[in-house]
Amino acid sequence: MAKRVAIIGTGQTHHRSHRLDVNGREMIYEAVNRALDDSGLTIADIDAIVIGNMDHFESINYVDAWSVEGSGGVMKPIMKVTTGGTTGTSVAIAAYYHVASGMFDKVLAIGWEKNSESDTTGAIVTCSDPVWDRYSYSGAIPSLATEASAYMEKYGATPEDAAYVALRERTHAQNNPYAHMYGRPITLQDVMDSPMLAYPIRLLDICPRTDGAAAVIFASEDVAEKLTPQPAWIQAASVRHTFTWFGDVDQRSGLQSLQRASQEAYRIAGIKNPVDDFDVAELYLPYSYAGLKWIEALGFCEPGEGPQFIRDGHTNMGGKIPVNPSGGVMSTNCIGATALLRVAEAAIQVMGKGEARQVPDVNRALATGFGGCWWSDVMILGKEKP
Amino acid sequence: MSQKSVELLTITSAPIGMPYQWSVGIYGSRFFEEIRKTQRFVGIRCPQCGKVRVPPRRICGECFCEMDELVYLPSAGTIVAFSVVNYPFLDPSTGKKRPIPYTYGYIQIDGADNIFSHIINETDADKIRVGMRVQAVFKKPEEMQGNIEDIRYFDIIK
Repeated sequence: MAKRVAIIGTGQTHHRSHRLDVNGREMIYEAVNRALDDSGLTIADIDAIVIGNMDHFESINYVDAWSVEGSGGVMKPIMKVTTGGTTGTSVAIAAYYHVASGMFDKVLAIGWEKNSESDTTGAIVTCSDPVWDRYSYSGAIPSLATEASAYMEKYGATPEDAAYVALRERTHAQNNPYAHMYGRPITLQDVMDSPMLAYPIRLLDICPRTDGAAAVIFASEDVAEKLTPQPAWIQAASVRHTFTWFGDVDQRSGLQSLQRASQEAYRIAGIKNPVDDFDVAELYLPYSYAGLKWIEALGFCEPGEGPQFIRDGHTNMGGKIPVNPSGGVMSTNCIGATALLRVAEAAIQVMGKGEARQVPDVNRALATGFGGCWWSDVMILGKEKP
Repeated sequence: MSQKSVELLTITSAPIGMPYQWSVGIYGSRFFEEIRKTQRFVGIRCPQCGKVRVPPRRICGECFCEMDELVYLPSAGTIVAFSVVNYPFLDPSTGKKRPIPYTYGYIQIDGADNIFSHIINETDADKIRVGMRVQAVFKKPEEMQGNIEDIRYFDIIK
């Protein structure tokens, strides 16, 4: 029988485009220290560490070994887990598995990226198949843009619909001092007027490149409540990774990996109606059109209804289901940390530590990760022990 | 130490070459041989789910079984999705900037169940629509090198 597991503390850097004042290890150290402070622990209390970032980004290959000074991993069990964009949820779910196994009481999950150290697009191109896909592939932006083109054709969604998502994310980020885009509000017109990167994606439709790190501490039911008055319990976790070749994903359908992962997680956690049953969602939405289409995969609304659901304000602060009070991926994207930030921010909401970005009375929160070849991870966190 | 008291440095890697050699496999090699000889595509059918995939590969991931029934396909199809790439980036395969703009297309080859990714020979987004018919344009057989660039691009059928 698996142990029940909770998040007892989180830490993150103040995310910026270029952190030239620190190397990767030192940046990781900042996030780890903040997570330890938040949990009331020292590094001596940590039993094991799971760490991840994007392959090829910093040209640092053995990140578990390379980072030990900053992670606190000297003479501790430490593993690297890296799965592309989902890396952050993968390290979170791997840490959850570690604790649930009963072999470790307190496990530290770390995600980080120094996007400033490499060409992000060039590095991402190396995730595509070298024989078939790489010649025409050009990184995340056009790959996502193709999905948008099929969605627009099928449902008549418009660039303005997508711009409302971009506006929501950036507006929410103004409540989050850790966000890369904190202090930089935008208007709907700014999105529509920004440079076209890859039709139909404009500059303000897509996530930035960020230097930053996140750390989250998972604890077993034997110790969690002794360490913090309100842990964020893991009520479900689900992983659905599908194909390796981009052409095997049918862009005419909904995001199937997210449909399948969320359906399984909802079944485990007893979610019947996600809009009513969740108080907040931290979703890995790397570009604006995902904010229309992927909430359909999560069952917030029916296929094709995403644009109206957004325009009705249901996902804004104060709406039926506020999405990304942190500002989300489009406001901060230190890629190996990005999905872990979704988990951390969901935990922050459950623990009531969100300060200006706190949604009132959060009982249950949804977090997602996205990456690889259209892969999805889902976690459900809540105040109640599962 | 205050960061104001020191100039913050970065160092840059040399433009190093790290050549790799990727195996194309039996079915992939057959695909390139077929377009050189007959200018048609080869797909492969899964014995369990019955889906035809192009390019051909040995394993159906969904069924986790081996495939061996080759299916000959025409070199025409339909645009399922596309994007016009407009920003500069270094191509890790060449070490050089990829020429832009170009159009990244997802094309359903007639008779296939999955989608083939390649380049569409039109960069004006207003002149491309999902659902348009396209035709593969090949290099001359004597210029083909047995790689994906043996297909030059897909032309929109007017």
